[in-house]
Amino acid sequence: MNTPSTLRFDAREASKWFFRHGHTGWLGLRFTDQGDNWVELELPWREDLLGDASRPVLASGPIISLMDMASGMAIWQTRGNFQPVATLDLRVDYQRPARERASVRGRVECYRITRSAAFVRGVAYDDDIADPVAHVAGCFMTIGADPREGNPALKGALGHE
Amino acid sequence: MSEALELPAYARSLGLSLTGETEGGMPVLTVDFGPMVEGRPQHFHGGATAGLLENAGYAALRTALLAAGRDPLLKPINITVQYLAAGKSQASFAVGRITRLGRRNANVTVEAWQADRSRPIATAVMNILMVEAQP
Repeated sequence: MNTPSTLRFDAREASKWFFRHGHTGWLGLRFTDQGDNWVELELPWREDLLGDASRPVLASGPIISLMDMASGMAIWQTRGNFQPVATLDLRVDYQRPARERASVRGRVECYRITRSAAFVRGVAYDDDIADPVAHVAGCFMTIGADPREGNPALKGALGHE
Repeated sequence: MSEALELPAYARSLGLSLTGETEGGMPVLTVDFGPMVEGRPQHFHGGATAGLLENAGYAALRTALLAAGRDPLLKPINITVQYLAAGKSQASFAVGRITRLGRRNANVTVEAWQADRSRPIATAVMNILMVEAQP
């Protein structure tokens, strides 16, 4: 990669731009933590994201969005630069409902990257990562140009010259 | 048949609605393109597409259960989403099909498309646990 190390992709910085608008902005996703090959995001509790009128529990749909976004960011974090990816396949195994009125965090690691594909796995949890709400596994492909790459405001955050 | 269906809060706030059309007796859901579903500029976010698929799956299952006179609590077991083509900046549609309706489990296959019904943009397979209320 010809990306200078000072401009390495940083999930914390990129979150400031990613979560301003669009689907993830509407969900109110927040950055919480990161490592060399993983990213953790939080989906805050919100009354209008219920999946079931009878219980105050987050729907499973926004949890997929949370894990999809954390997956993409874990890939960029691992790769060190922002190279657009598209989800090919994403599997979510629900372990139990989220607790009532609880925010959900999603931690995803990218465990393998090839030239054209990236593989991720992770968990969604509310208060204890050892007692997850869901496990996820996914496969992503790199794709062509993304107009965000050319945005000068995103150069530092997205790790491009 | 679909008049009795009501979409959950998440579906309504994401902008999903029932088209009133059916396919194979199952309700077709739709969502317009807009900021709430946008991921990569001018494209659907994978999570928004998954939300459309998942809700169409539940709507199909509820429809089949209503026809069978059943009203169990539904609990998701898992969902696998396959993304086949980018969701562009136009309306998306989805409809579910019940592959197997058992006593405790249902297996539902869902397809989403945009302008051309014969070119799906995503599919999903869902396993759903059904818990009957105790009499």
